[in-house]
Amino acid sequence: MAETSSHPKPIEAWITGIGLATSLGEGLDAHWEALNQRRINADEKNFAPHVVHPLAPVSFDAQIPKKGDQRQMEAWQRIGTYAAGLALDSAGVKGNADILARMDMIVAAGGGERDLVVDAGILNAAAKGNAAPGFLNERLMNELRPTLFLAQLSNLLAGNIAIVHGVTGSSRTFMGEEAAGVDAVRIALARIAAGQSDIALVGAAHNGERKDLLLLYEFGDFNLKEKFAPVWMREQSSGFALGSGGAFLVIESRAHAEARGAKPFARLTSIVADHARRKRPGEVTSTLESLWSKLGSPTEATAIITGATGAEPVTSEERAFLRAHSNLPVRATGTMFGHTLEAQFPLGLAVAALSLSRGALFAPDDSSDQEIDMAAPPAQIVVIGAGHWRGEGMALVEAIR
Amino acid sequence: MTAMRDKSGRPVVVVTGMGVVTSLGSGKSDNWARLCAGESGIRTITRFPTDGLRTTMAGTIDFVPVEPFSSTDLSERLADIATEEAIAQAGIGRAGDFPGPLFLAVAPVELEWPQRHELGHVIGTDTEIDYDQMLRVSGGGAFKTYHRRFLFGSVADHLAETFGTKGSPISLSTACASGATAIQLGVEAIRRSEADAALCVATDGSVNPEALIRFSLLSALSTHNDPPHAAVRPFSKNRDGFVMAEGAGALVLESYEAATARGAKILGIMAGCGELADSFHRTRSSPDGKPIIGCVRNALADAGVTIEQIDYINAHGTGTPENDKMEYLGISSVFGERARQIPVSSNKSMVGHTLSAAGAVEAVFSLLTLEHQRIPPTINYDVPDPAIPFDVVPNAARDARVTTVMSNSFGFGGQNASLILTREPV
Repeated sequence: MAETSSHPKPIEAWITGIGLATSLGEGLDAHWEALNQRRINADEKNFAPHVVHPLAPVSFDAQIPKKGDQRQMEAWQRIGTYAAGLALDSAGVKGNADILARMDMIVAAGGGERDLVVDAGILNAAAKGNAAPGFLNERLMNELRPTLFLAQLSNLLAGNIAIVHGVTGSSRTFMGEEAAGVDAVRIALARIAAGQSDIALVGAAHNGERKDLLLLYEFGDFNLKEKFAPVWMREQSSGFALGSGGAFLVIESRAHAEARGAKPFARLTSIVADHARRKRPGEVTSTLESLWSKLGSPTEATAIITGATGAEPVTSEERAFLRAHSNLPVRATGTMFGHTLEAQFPLGLAVAALSLSRGALFAPDDSSDQEIDMAAPPAQIVVIGAGHWRGEGMALVEAIR
Repeated sequence: MTAMRDKSGRPVVVVTGMGVVTSLGSGKSDNWARLCAGESGIRTITRFPTDGLRTTMAGTIDFVPVEPFSSTDLSERLADIATEEAIAQAGIGRAGDFPGPLFLAVAPVELEWPQRHELGHVIGTDTEIDYDQMLRVSGGGAFKTYHRRFLFGSVADHLAETFGTKGSPISLSTACASGATAIQLGVEAIRRSEADAALCVATDGSVNPEALIRFSLLSALSTHNDPPHAAVRPFSKNRDGFVMAEGAGALVLESYEAATARGAKILGIMAGCGELADSFHRTRSSPDGKPIIGCVRNALADAGVTIEQIDYINAHGTGTPENDKMEYLGISSVFGERARQIPVSSNKSMVGHTLSAAGAVEAVFSLLTLEHQRIPPTINYDVPDPAIPFDVVPNAARDARVTTVMSNSFGFGGQNASLILTREPV
């Protein structure tokens, strides 16, 4: 859309669509039920010694009707395209060509899975001394599926959403682990607040059932091993359990939503982010404190939903921040969903908006003293995302009454 | 005094610093001289064995040593070089203290073959190698640096710390439109008055065996290996694909007001940005050209200029049969008869396709075109394609009056982005 002059007062933005497909199931009712029943789907066996949260069974056909499209995607793209479709359905804009053609899209993405058999075959041949010049070329030329590249490219989740669901107003892909998820929503909201856009699809997807990803985090000893434990109870063996899941939101200006009669889940009031250098202890704690004050230091009927990873030292630094606000109920999505990297912050926003729309915070899932019950309906939820390595973000989501 | 706000009442966004590195060399002056001389940076690959490959040339940057090689390390070095040049020219902030956010276009990052082979060496020859074995040896700190290096955010992390940009640095990919998207994000941040300045960087050091083979398996690359300098043939009838290349471009963007207030030299105006996604196919454009047409129109509308005001088009011009045909369809649909009159040249004929970096590299070249009032040519143009009757500025640079440039970028995944750059505020 054509942008008007810079606005003195930010335009109000609503979350009008939520799409969730995770290790706990698909759709909002299934998630609400699972959260309140304290369900956790952690797999300690199939990737042992690593713990992962596998995707619950999903009927991809429901959102990706063409088998040909499904074949062109790897799991992370299928999960994301599926969750994006759920979000569009939830917002009531699925198939609305007029809106989809001017809808912004910002996706936070990593990359697609490798062909593990091809990789292992090459390394074994090399180990046996089979490393003549051109050996790698020959193997890759002969063994890589040509379309695998398209299933690996970061921006092809957005590309697949455009193809399958017809979202074409814009297509931007942010990379950079947890922070990419924060920034995707932050920029989508900033564009709406400034009148640069009316409506946006934003989110991310992650396939945690991948040994090539486990490898990347194993280099830094970040993987949770042997036995599942809630995020706040990993002092003895810190780390995160990779989770599979997709979380997408439809965000739009209040005026745009009202004009089409769309009902909001919640108001997305503000998103702030920073990049602590993390050279000295305490930097993350003070960065979170400063982000908190930028949100206006919320007090009234507030809860916190955090994407805390369980990795150290960042989780301890976040705990120090939370201790300073110990009156507020906290929920850690990493406990129920595992760590979904780029998707963790959109996932936090999704369950925050869901909670606000249902007038309750879901039950704690942790026997540590970190998570307390919340009897009153929350009016505000602050979503926190502090990346395992870099990046800190915070959002204020508010109930619309 | 010229207005500090554009026709839509938004802050005017100016460029006050630029840096570039390509296969033609490092820095604006070297690149500009060689570009206008019609030189090619495409050469036979020596970085790794090319036995068994259909394509054996690329626009590699071999004058920036990276040992042991990884594409991510090279991307980071190239980004450093371009950024240093841009910030030095802008004279903004203090060393290591850039007063605004970073928007970085960077290729997707992953562990590469030299590192995988390192894991293989540690596993040894007594055990069958698989990912379980790789996982077994990868923890405990022996490969700690690989974690940081192969995170998607690692290059941005490095740049943010080195140059002291503010806030959360954004790494982005819109495939071969990434460089233009980085600039667009910077323009939008300044228009929202979130920042007075933004650092927009795009970098790509992707010429490694697997990256080349991936494009090769999609039949996207030229196989015109000999001589390599004649491989990229945009808009020619005998064009047969693009040529991978490395490079980086960096731009310091500022609000006109902030730049003027600190007495900075204005190098050009980022007058408008347009985008529109294509939902037709993962690698091909919609045959009706509508997404490209819409993208170009969005850019013109955003800048508030008419087709009559555009006097040079810096084409995406990859030299693939499909891209050049679709770019002609898009431009001719919007510009009508004027499409035959406006000079349309492809920098890629000389530097190759710098992929994630191309949009920013070509924005720098577009601004140099405005500064020097001289249009770099499309080289290797010996067999015109009658279906593409552009004035491609064939083979030799041309002096011309240039006030307003459109620079196009298109990419896999339906990515389309166009920038409008001017000498003076519009």
